[in-house]
This record gives sequence, C-alpha cells and structure tokens, in this order.
Amino acid sequence: MTRLMFDEVRGNKIRSWLLVSFFIVLIGLLGAVIGLVYNNLYLGLAIALVFSLIYSMIGFFSGGSMILSLSGAKPVTKKEYPHLYHTLEGLAIAADIPTPKGYVIEDSALNAFATGRDPKHASVTVTTGLLKVMDRQELEGVIAHELSHVKNYDIRFMMLTAVLIGIVTLLSDFLLRSFLWGGGRRRSSKSSGNLGLILIVAGLLLAILTPIIGQLVKLAISRKREYMADANGAILTRYPPGLASALAKIAKDPDPLVDKANKATAHLFISTPFRDTKGFVNGLFSTHPSIEERIRRLNEM
Amino acid sequence: MNPAWIILIVVAVIVLLIIFLYNSLIRLKNQVKNSFAQIDVQLKRRNDLIPNLVETVKGYMKHEKETLENVTRARSAILKAKNIEDKAKASNMLSDTLKSLFAVTENYPDLKANQNFMQLQEEITGTENKISYARQHFNDIVMVFNTKIQTFPNNMFANMLHFKEEAMFEAKEEERKNVKVKF
Repeated sequence: MTRLMFDEVRGNKIRSWLLVSFFIVLIGLLGAVIGLVYNNLYLGLAIALVFSLIYSMIGFFSGGSMILSLSGAKPVTKKEYPHLYHTLEGLAIAADIPTPKGYVIEDSALNAFATGRDPKHASVTVTTGLLKVMDRQELEGVIAHELSHVKNYDIRFMMLTAVLIGIVTLLSDFLLRSFLWGGGRRRSSKSSGNLGLILIVAGLLLAILTPIIGQLVKLAISRKREYMADANGAILTRYPPGLASALAKIAKDPDPLVDKANKATAHLFISTPFRDTKGFVNGLFSTHPSIEERIRRLNEM
Repeated sequence: MNPAWIILIVVAVIVLLIIFLYNSLIRLKNQVKNSFAQIDVQLKRRNDLIPNLVETVKGYMKHEKETLENVTRARSAILKAKNIEDKAKASNMLSDTLKSLFAVTENYPDLKANQNFMQLQEEITGTENKISYARQHFNDIVMVFNTKIQTFPNNMFANMLHFKEEAMFEAKEEERKNVKVKF
C-alpha cells in the first residue's frame, strides 16, 4: 500500500513537469505572436517567458496563503478545535507526513480543502458546518482524503496549474488588446497584407483558445485526482464507509454554496462548492466527478 | 575478451547489487525504528493522561473500583513491557479497559458534564486513534521490510548481512482473546 502511494507521487511529479512544459509552449506561442505584432518576435518571446517565470515564482511561494485568505479561512489552534487537530495528527502519522496546519471557514456548507506547495507547507481547511455534522469516522474520511492530496503533491500540482492558467489568461488578454490598439497600426505600416491577416487570425484563435484549453486540461486531471484521493484516503483509514457516508451527507447538503468560493479555488474543495450542475458541457467543465459515482467506487473497495 | 575480465565484471556487478541492497535495507530499517518511536510517543502520552483521568473519575464513581484498578494495572504493564509483543499486548489491554471505563461513565451524568473529564476523554480518544494509526504505519513498513529480505535473491544476502525479520506491533490472536475486562 505504501508502494501504491509512492508510485502515484512519482507519477504526479512527471505529470507536473509535462503540464509545465505544455504551458511553457503555450506561453512561448503567445509571446511569439505578441512579439510579431510589435515586429520583434524574440523580444516578445523573452518578455513573456521572463514575466511568466517571475509570476509563477510569486504564485508558487505565496499561492497557499493567497488561497486561504481568498476563501476566508482562519487559522485555528489545537485548544479551539481539539477534535479537528487530533484527527489531523492521527492521519498525518498514518500517512507519514508532518501534521498540516488546521484552518476553518465559518460557513454552514459541508466542505473541505487542502493547499500548500509541499507536505511541509500544507494546510487543511474545513467549514464549521462540516465539523458540526460529521461524526468521528466521517471526519476522518474527509481529512484522510485531504491528506492524500497533500501526500501525493496534488496540492502543489493544483496550485501550479492555477498559476499557469492565470499567466496564459493574462497573456491572451494582452494579445487581444494589442490587436485592438497599438500593434495593428505598426504592422500595417510594414505592408505585408497577407502575412498580417494570417497573423491576426492565428493570434485571435490562440488568444481565445489557450485559456480554454488550459482549463480543460486542469479539470480533466482534477477529476481523476479526486478518485485517487478517495482511494488513498480509504487506504489511510482502512475504512472506506467513513468517507462514503461523509460524501452522502455532503450530497444531501441543502446549501452546498460556500460563500467565499470562486472559480479560482473551486477545484481545491472535496466536493464542488457550487450548486449541482449536470449535463455534458457542465460535466466537461466540472472540477469534480459526481458524488454518486465516488460513493459507488468507495463501496466497492 | 579475456575470461578474467568477464569474471571481474560479474563480480563487480554482484558487489554493486549487494551495496544497493544493503543501503535500501538500512533505509527501511531506520524507517521501522522511526515509526516504532511514533507508537512509543503516543503510548507515553496516553500513559501520562491516565493518572489525571483516574483522579477525575474517582470522585464520581463509587462502585467501579475494579474498573479503575484494571486501567491502572494495564498502564503499568506497558511500562514493564520488554519487547514489542508484550508492549502490543499491554497496549491492547489498556485500550480495552479504557473502553469499559468510558462505557461505565455513561451512568454518571454529573461526570459526563464535567469540563475536565470531557477534555480528558477527547484527549485520550484522540491519542487512542493516533496509537492505532501509528501502529498501522509501523506494521506497513515492517511488512515492506520483511518482504524485501524474504524474497529472492535478497534472501541470500540479507542473512549474510545480518538482517532479521522484524516483529509487527500486534498481540497474538489467542492472547487477544484472553484479555478479559470485568465490569
């Protein structure tokens, strides 16, 4: 069982590098087109890459605390929530990782998420609603799911994706604006009509498509990760019904909306923090697999 | 190619493999040691909490002297345990006696409302859980270690390098049944 976890950690590191390379190519393309618009391909490329590097460094090292403050999570001590901390400490021993810091969101919705750049800088956040409603075994199931995200470096991967998508979106935005303003005039003075047209079409397509592609990649990976975290969580607690029953309670939650959740933090939560969405397009754009399917898989373990 | 060279290469490969094996076994053995220390920390923590619990409960309970004595006895059995198996046995016994103590407290509403008792109960339950998770982790690592030294071709060298099977943290089945808790 320890081996299973280990293989996943390695797989995740490889996937992280693939993802980063994929985004570097996207960023490079965007930078090159921006450069062409301003008649200097290499300068555009260089500026885009340097900007992305700095931006992702900042995101990587302060992303965790940014996410926590964005979602209105407050750090809590062991004295205030002994129950939460005992669960965290116990499962951290089982998962062989340092005990993450505990955070709480004052919200009646039932939800939880983990974040941070590695297991040493990780935190687990739960809503007060969740703490109130779940019994000990259910809470253990939820926390075990979150700690699996921590141990598998999912938290790093998800943060990295969020930052990279942010960069691509910014660059696409910039490219679109360049077409509207300054860039177009300079290029037309070069009087290369055909090439200019192709550039505009390609650039527009790139600017519109890259953020969407980025999102889809993130979401597809995110859904797979939820199943894995469920499975690894069950390995930690050795009791799949705990998480299954917690998920059942979450599915019945009449008010699943976490007030301060937004599109940027949605993929972090244990279940989607928005109202239930169905249908193919929503399925494609959903960060989470359906709860029914997750419960079914847990019951089969 | 000169046969001497071939022999030399074969020997070099075998030596390298043994070095790799030795290092990975040492790593695993240290993990075993470390995860056992985790159990020990939690056992000690639980043992430290018990005198406090007994003190708090004593004032409320009139007829369950024996239950309390069982708890205290199991506690000192852990301190006296020499090897892993004795320790596991004593730890199980303490868990069982604590369980019956907490079951009895259900009859004392005053005690259950006592702030100090509530805190102690949460603390002890939390520690009990940590003990079982630490034990689970320890047993997992021991299993990986044991499998490694038992499988071919490692088993040929493990003995030579003085690696022995490690014991898991668990009481033998029949002994577990013998632990009886009186109310």
